Amino acid sequence: MKRNVTITVNGEARGAEVEPRTLLVHFLREHLNLTGTHVGCDTSNCGACTVWLDGDAVKSCTVLAVQADGGEVTTIEGISADGRLHPMQRAFHEQHGLQCGYCTPGMVMAAIKLLEANPNPTEDEIRTGLEGNLCRCTGYQNIVGAVQAAAAVVA
Amino acid sequence: MAIATDTRNGIGESPLRKEDARLLVGRARFVDDVKLPGMLHMALVRSPYAHADIVSIDKQAALASPGVTAVFTGDDLKFAAGVPCASNPTGEMVHPARPPLARGRVRHAGEPVAVVIAADRYAARDGADQVVVEYTPRPAAIGVDAALRDDAPRIHEELDSNVALVLTHRTDGVDAAFADADVVVEHTLHNQRLIHVPIETRGVVADWNPASDDLVVYSSTQVPHFLRTFLAIVCGVSEAKVRAIAPDVGGGFGAKLNTYAEEFIAAAASRAVGAPVKWIEERSEAMLATCHGRAQDAHVQLAANRDGKVLAMRVHYVQDYGSYLQMLTPLISQLTLLMAPGPYAIPELDVKVTNVYTNTVPTDALRGAGRPEATYAIERMMDILAGELGMSRTEVRRRNFPTEFPFTTAVGLLYDSGDYHGALDRLLELSDDQETFERRREEARSRGKLLGRGLSTYVEVCGFVPSDVARTVLGLTPGGWESSTVRMHPTGTVTVITGTSPHGQGHATSWSQIIESELGVPFADVEVIHGDTAFAPYGLGTYGSRSIAVGGTAVHLAATRVREKAQQVAAQMLEAAAADIEFKDGAFSVAGSPGKQVTIQEVAFRAWQAFDMPEGVTPGLDETVFFDPPNCTFPFGAHGCEVEVDRETGKVKITGYIAVDDCGNVVNPMIVDGQVHGGIAHGIGQALYEGAVYNDDGQLLNGTLVDYLIPSAAEVPTIRTERTITPSPTNPLGVKGIGEAGTIASTPAVVSAVCNAVGAADLDMPLQPETVWRAIEERGAG
Repeated sequence: MKRNVTITVNGEARGAEVEPRTLLVHFLREHLNLTGTHVGCDTSNCGACTVWLDGDAVKSCTVLAVQADGGEVTTIEGISADGRLHPMQRAFHEQHGLQCGYCTPGMVMAAIKLLEANPNPTEDEIRTGLEGNLCRCTGYQNIVGAVQAAAAVVA
Repeated sequence: MAIATDTRNGIGESPLRKEDARLLVGRARFVDDVKLPGMLHMALVRSPYAHADIVSIDKQAALASPGVTAVFTGDDLKFAAGVPCASNPTGEMVHPARPPLARGRVRHAGEPVAVVIAADRYAARDGADQVVVEYTPRPAAIGVDAALRDDAPRIHEELDSNVALVLTHRTDGVDAAFADADVVVEHTLHNQRLIHVPIETRGVVADWNPASDDLVVYSSTQVPHFLRTFLAIVCGVSEAKVRAIAPDVGGGFGAKLNTYAEEFIAAAASRAVGAPVKWIEERSEAMLATCHGRAQDAHVQLAANRDGKVLAMRVHYVQDYGSYLQMLTPLISQLTLLMAPGPYAIPELDVKVTNVYTNTVPTDALRGAGRPEATYAIERMMDILAGELGMSRTEVRRRNFPTEFPFTTAVGLLYDSGDYHGALDRLLELSDDQETFERRREEARSRGKLLGRGLSTYVEVCGFVPSDVARTVLGLTPGGWESSTVRMHPTGTVTVITGTSPHGQGHATSWSQIIESELGVPFADVEVIHGDTAFAPYGLGTYGSRSIAVGGTAVHLAATRVREKAQQVAAQMLEAAAADIEFKDGAFSVAGSPGKQVTIQEVAFRAWQAFDMPEGVTPGLDETVFFDPPNCTFPFGAHGCEVEVDRETGKVKITGYIAVDDCGNVVNPMIVDGQVHGGIAHGIGQALYEGAVYNDDGQLLNGTLVDYLIPSAAEVPTIRTERTITPSPTNPLGVKGIGEAGTIASTPAVVSAVCNAVGAADLDMPLQPETVWRAIEERGAG
């Protein structure tokens, strides 16, 4: 039995009829064609699917679309306005914080929330703070550098 | 009119990557982002048994499941050939049959048995759960020891035993050298079974158009052209009708250097249902059914003199192939054989490789592919030899470095260029002296921490591979060249079409730098096309750290041809002889009269017009080169690692890491550093955390990322990257390759450091806390 859900995604109310078991990430990707949010593991370990739900970074492979009904979601497509990159996106570019780029949207979404909670983190705090987002390409060094660079810009 | 040419983005500079923009904003296109009209979804039914006979498959319930369009078994989908293997080291090796969908028998848990095609991925998975397969389980052989027993269950009936292949290489003086040696050290090293874990799993969209009989396949692959060729062979269709596309690919590490059953099944299913079919691998499937890596033991003896000089090496590598041959399975341990002596001038060598079938997922290339195994074995042995001789770990290495290059090894490889002492010197310059380290070690001991430091010196073989070597030494089906097209457009911009197939390596950026250096066309005016068989002449793809040395060189050579042709056209435009034309900063001028010049962009326009062309010069500036390298390349370096081990828990923290790598000339230092960082993190994963574990029944016990730990940011240290530069004489760019160096070097360096911390001669990876804690307890190191 399908259910109607309405979620405000990147500032716009979006409704669809979905199976109750539909994951938020599949709602975003399949129903709304917002394919910037990726799936990497199915077990909430890799963080490639990280989006913001009601202001918190969540792993959208572990949230049902019906749980997000009435909520506000921001995806990677929603953080750069008027063709201008978010400072975190720009920092990832300038610090070479991405290679294949598959983990990048989730990593960027998590990193922005990390800085919101702790605007001036130490290197250890960044590393621990991003533990839930896995990258197999970069060795994380330039990701850490990007978060530091973004912190300097935002601060 | 001269266009000012900005040469700041040529070879040796670090322009920011062209690839990033779409990846940063969520507008990349990975295979799961491909959506075609009428597209259906595929889910696989996989064997739960490691070894079993299929008695029956009942599709009825699945066909009745909502949304299900079709269910296919191995009897329904017909293939003209099995899953291919492109490696036959002896030329006489038997390649066991491997239908894409199992027929009659399954040989590893996770082998595809049936597929369900449905309206969406949820319905497809529901349907797959409804397929009822009856099996008769057979005894399984898990691990090489079990598979080599006399009474072991036979995995392939085409063979007399589970031994797939034995390779040997032996020089004449081995026994004499052992008889004369002052010291013999002997040890067994284990390279555990690893899982690649690119963050994007495999995926494929196959679109067989029944009207035109064309097949378009999008796949998350490192080798789109091999995929096209093998789709043609396995599906029995004209290769000219097949187009394979590698869209944005989310990491590979060797896992996607393969053509898989699922790619052929999706294509055949698309033909059968007359609609596009998408399959996106779940992570648990990726762990269970994508090839694995390593799974090799090395039994090593070194014979040496008291002064540390190694006289001879005997080594028996035993490789677990898993249940079948993937595309390059036999090549991997063959590369171990070729690199057995590592960066040391060991005059006498006796190498044997025994390759064994087991009822597990096939093994194949994993970042480093055979070279990490060789490096790990010889590096650990050099540490053990140093301990036996009471010599420092650096000194024993120095006593065995070759100093004259090119250097021919006892295996017969020609190391192209090197300065192994130079790299080690640089590492030591950057490291604390022993006295300082010992002081810190004492201080740490008072905090309950055991400090240790270790190193590795390595050489690897990259730039795969001269085609004659592919044939005569390696027994590969394809050669090892690479192609590139460089095309100048009428308005002066450039399209590069490369046969390499990047998935994070930044070829669009580096290839653009090569063009700017060669043609003076600004970096920003260059576009690079890759990963689509409809564009490139043919390409062998990206793996084995080959792209810059072979593919980058092809780009350089094609650009050189464009420049040479442009020079003839420019001569006509300048009314001078071609021999009198000079080229600088993107403009041609007549020697001695620099005021009169034409830019290469103006020449491109004239060549497109083809007005007043010189005699014998054809229209256009569009050149294609196939480059076959004369030798491989041999990057090398020295890595140092410091660890802090918690005495109470055995937990290892890497507190310092210095990488000195020499990959020849460097096109983009930023990208090279990034490759080194990532490679080291991967090697740390093997040293400390990773390892696929099967139980005796052949069930994979850690088949999710919950219990297979790849390093997160918290497990990886800040790495200091340094370089020495010894250009390769193998190609005109002087480049060698860097994608795997970090992985090859870091694993033994980390293990060396942990052993140093706890006072052990050697420990078996992964060095998880329990292993290290037990070592501390046994030795009373606390």
